[in-house]
Amino acid sequence: MKTRVIHWFKFASPQNFYVLAGRMWPWFAGLAAVLTLVGLWISFFVAPVDAQQGQGYRIIFVHVPASQMSMFIYLVMAAWAGIGLAFNTRLSGMMASALAPTGALFAFLSLITGSLWGKPMWGTWWVWDARLTSELILLFLYLGFLALQSSIDDPRRADKACAVLALVGAVNVPIIYFSVIWWNTLHQGASVSMKGSSMASTMLAGMLIMVLAFWMYAIAIALLRVRNIILDRERHTDWVKHAVA
Amino acid sequence: MNTTIPSIGLGRVLLSVLKREISLGLRQKGEVLTPLVFFMVIASLFPLGVGAESNLLLRMAPGVLWVSALLAAMLSLQRMFATDHADGSLEQMVLSPTPLGLLVLAKALAHFLLSGLPLVLIAPVLGLQFGLDTRSLGILMLSLLLGTPTLSLIGSIGAALTLGVRGAGVLLSLLILPLYIPVLIFGAGAVEADAAGLGIGGHLSLLAALLVLSLFFSPLATAAALRISLE
Repeated sequence: MKTRVIHWFKFASPQNFYVLAGRMWPWFAGLAAVLTLVGLWISFFVAPVDAQQGQGYRIIFVHVPASQMSMFIYLVMAAWAGIGLAFNTRLSGMMASALAPTGALFAFLSLITGSLWGKPMWGTWWVWDARLTSELILLFLYLGFLALQSSIDDPRRADKACAVLALVGAVNVPIIYFSVIWWNTLHQGASVSMKGSSMASTMLAGMLIMVLAFWMYAIAIALLRVRNIILDRERHTDWVKHAVA
Repeated sequence: MNTTIPSIGLGRVLLSVLKREISLGLRQKGEVLTPLVFFMVIASLFPLGVGAESNLLLRMAPGVLWVSALLAAMLSLQRMFATDHADGSLEQMVLSPTPLGLLVLAKALAHFLLSGLPLVLIAPVLGLQFGLDTRSLGILMLSLLLGTPTLSLIGSIGAALTLGVRGAGVLLSLLILPLYIPVLIFGAGAVEADAAGLGIGGHLSLLAALLVLSLFFSPLATAAALRISLE
């Protein structure tokens, strides 16, 4: 019997990955659409009204997944950056730069939804709470990454410089997070937290489905964006001319 | 061909790079004085902006002085590698048999001695204007002394990454300022904690920990970034 061996490393070539990503992204996009619809339906119509927070709590169905993804994507981006530096693979840098805008978007979304939730609950758009502050700093780190990338013309050099920055940032994220927590405890008492209300099971289900939907969206959009990056950078090659023609 | 390079001890290399950087810096007096004047101007703007109420100023003093020091230290970062890059000596350093990390470390130390240390020395004068007492001034100096070398070391990564990049000045601040936040928190926090009657041991220990961490890691990151910038 002959066993079929898949040569995984062949997908490290942008040309092959372009095809693979083209086959994969519609699946992830479809899953994202279905899960978002189901998740939003549960969160708007099935999940009960919160006893303390009323209808306003429903924004957490977007807020929690967005902030989780914003942190996780930074780690994935740093991992791709590290792989790119270590093995000198072109695709890794492209993946890191495909993920960065999505991560920045999620960080921004998480701040916006957080402040929309904070206005009715805390009575203010913004508090210098440890979580809010560190999310804001995370957004700054993303913006620094994007700014450095756009200011270097040579894409290979931009990838490597951004990789060093992403790794330095990833080392600093926990340091910044804990220093902000200690700063916060020194300056002010803990803000209103969600711990008071235990979560109903439908709420939890809605949240988990929304988390999954955000995952699928992030994967789909990253694959789609990496396809564009590959086309842009390989535009002088023959296979791109064939692929686009 | 059998060319033997006379081996020089790493300590001597470190010292000679340090001496070179300092004598180059001292010849351009403006480079040392401008950040210092900038520091004083920024710190003087705050009372004009928020009003001269002495209680308010006293409470704000550690934070204001630390933020001003942060900005002033950043002002001179860009020149850490730019002049050497322009005249080609940076490439010689990259090609030399001495580990690049060590040369970078010497440059960061020189940056601290030329721009961080003067800030430490002038800070008490500005602190007096904000009404800090002698004890707080001492702690402010101590925290600056522990914190500003970290600023130079972390800053060297940003300076290397933005070398020869367009819009390097603004970009450098965007990259580096978020990374400065822990130093700011513990530096200003030490003075505030003492004023609140809490111990300062924790803050100073954390500042020293940040210094040790950056002393080890940042020359490596800076050397990698320099190689990328020069290739």
